[in-house]
Amino acid sequence: MESRRTAEILSAVVADSVDVTDLPIGLLRACAHALPVTGVGLALMDDRGPAGTIAATDGRALQLEELQFTLGEGPCVDASRSGRTVLQPDLAVTAPFRWPAFAGGALTAGIRAVFALPLRVGAIRLGILDLYRDSPGALSGAQLTDALSFSDAATLLLLHLQAGSAAIGPPSESLPVLDDRAEVHQATGIVSVHAGVSLADALLLLRARAYTEHRAIGELARDVLDGIVDFRPERDGH
Amino acid sequence: MVREQRLAEVFVELADTLVEEFDVVDFLQTLTERCVELVDTDAAGLMLDDQRGHLQVVAYTDESARLLELFELQKAEGPCLDCFASGQVIANVDLADARSRWPVFAGAAREVGFAVSHALPLRLRRQVVGALNLFTVAPVRLTDDHLAVVQGLADIATIGLLHERAVRDRVVLAEQLQTALHSRIVIEQAKGVLSARGGTSVGEAFRLMRTHARRTGEALTVVAEAVVAQELGVEELRGGRPGTRRGSGAASPGAAS
Repeated sequence: MESRRTAEILSAVVADSVDVTDLPIGLLRACAHALPVTGVGLALMDDRGPAGTIAATDGRALQLEELQFTLGEGPCVDASRSGRTVLQPDLAVTAPFRWPAFAGGALTAGIRAVFALPLRVGAIRLGILDLYRDSPGALSGAQLTDALSFSDAATLLLLHLQAGSAAIGPPSESLPVLDDRAEVHQATGIVSVHAGVSLADALLLLRARAYTEHRAIGELARDVLDGIVDFRPERDGH
Repeated sequence: MVREQRLAEVFVELADTLVEEFDVVDFLQTLTERCVELVDTDAAGLMLDDQRGHLQVVAYTDESARLLELFELQKAEGPCLDCFASGQVIANVDLADARSRWPVFAGAAREVGFAVSHALPLRLRRQVVGALNLFTVAPVRLTDDHLAVVQGLADIATIGLLHERAVRDRVVLAEQLQTALHSRIVIEQAKGVLSARGGTSVGEAFRLMRTHARRTGEALTVVAEAVVAQELGVEELRGGRPGTRRGSGAASPGAAS
């Protein structure tokens, strides 16, 4: 499923960044530039809700994150808790009923539409990409496609940053697009049990191994399913 | 000819699934299984628009790697991709004779042992949101009656995706498609976790989770999330004890084998 657009977004962001710590804001700026949105924010999340802002393109995007964090309600909070995409093209119409407290603050701040995209790989929940605009209006099909490609890029970026020093190679090379075939996700589950690590770490282990062995991750996943490749810690006398 | 009574039962079963908190992936899985049961086919898969320009398989009747590969390579070529692009039914494709049109797909499908393939669109007015793909081992064509049944099932799949929230707008559909894709990944991860813990195949792991979901009335995705979070283990799923121990203590003695 090589999403060329996702790979293109990542390599452009990596090329424009001086340092790894610049990557999130670089990605958000590229997103705000590519789409008809006013600003973009990136927050960490878990199933209880947003867990801190990583970056935001402008003051209002930051305000959007903080407002919801403080109130405990809003589209991004819903997206965090449910893991679902929440598209709100016209907050003035929908928000007062759904999130009364948030609606007041957001509309006063001039935020008229919010598109909250969960950054997750199944049960691996990493964050939320929040796009907002100062005028109402839905994203077109092509714009939604692009927004989702940015969310895929952000997902990979957060996975990479989470790996920290364990990250393999420079981001431009070690951030290949996610191979979304069923086997990769099944193998992630198997590796997490065998290696005794989280699903996120299991996915990173798979990706690192595929990278060092110059193999497609789908092929490696198939070997894990067939028991040919094993991630169990080696035992003595075995 | 499809037995009318069974057909009616299946439609009632599917309609019955469309309650408030139904699980999209479980619903689509049931639908593909009923397809194979009701018409002369041996395998089925359902692919959805991932809204990034690709089709993503979300339900399939058989865990074999080679069947999965057939869905996978239709991201590049094949009847599903063409059906998705055109919105047209592509039925009764003789795979022995399709090499010029889809060289990779036709070759791979023949190697798996399939003789005939069909692709039907999941359509909402002018928008195509996915495709239903069927395979048959024997070189037999589907009758018009059977094709009508399959198209009926494909239409129900689209209705299921819209979650009865009236065909309000594209926004709802986009949210639902994304949810289905995320859920599908959680279920795949849980299959892996469960198979590694219980020493079962991924297919058996899937059956255990679905049976448990049916028994307890929980959504399949919720069961899968509990498996991944280690709140639900192989013993509970096998033992058929009602209810899951969400959240709290009661750690099971994890005897290493």
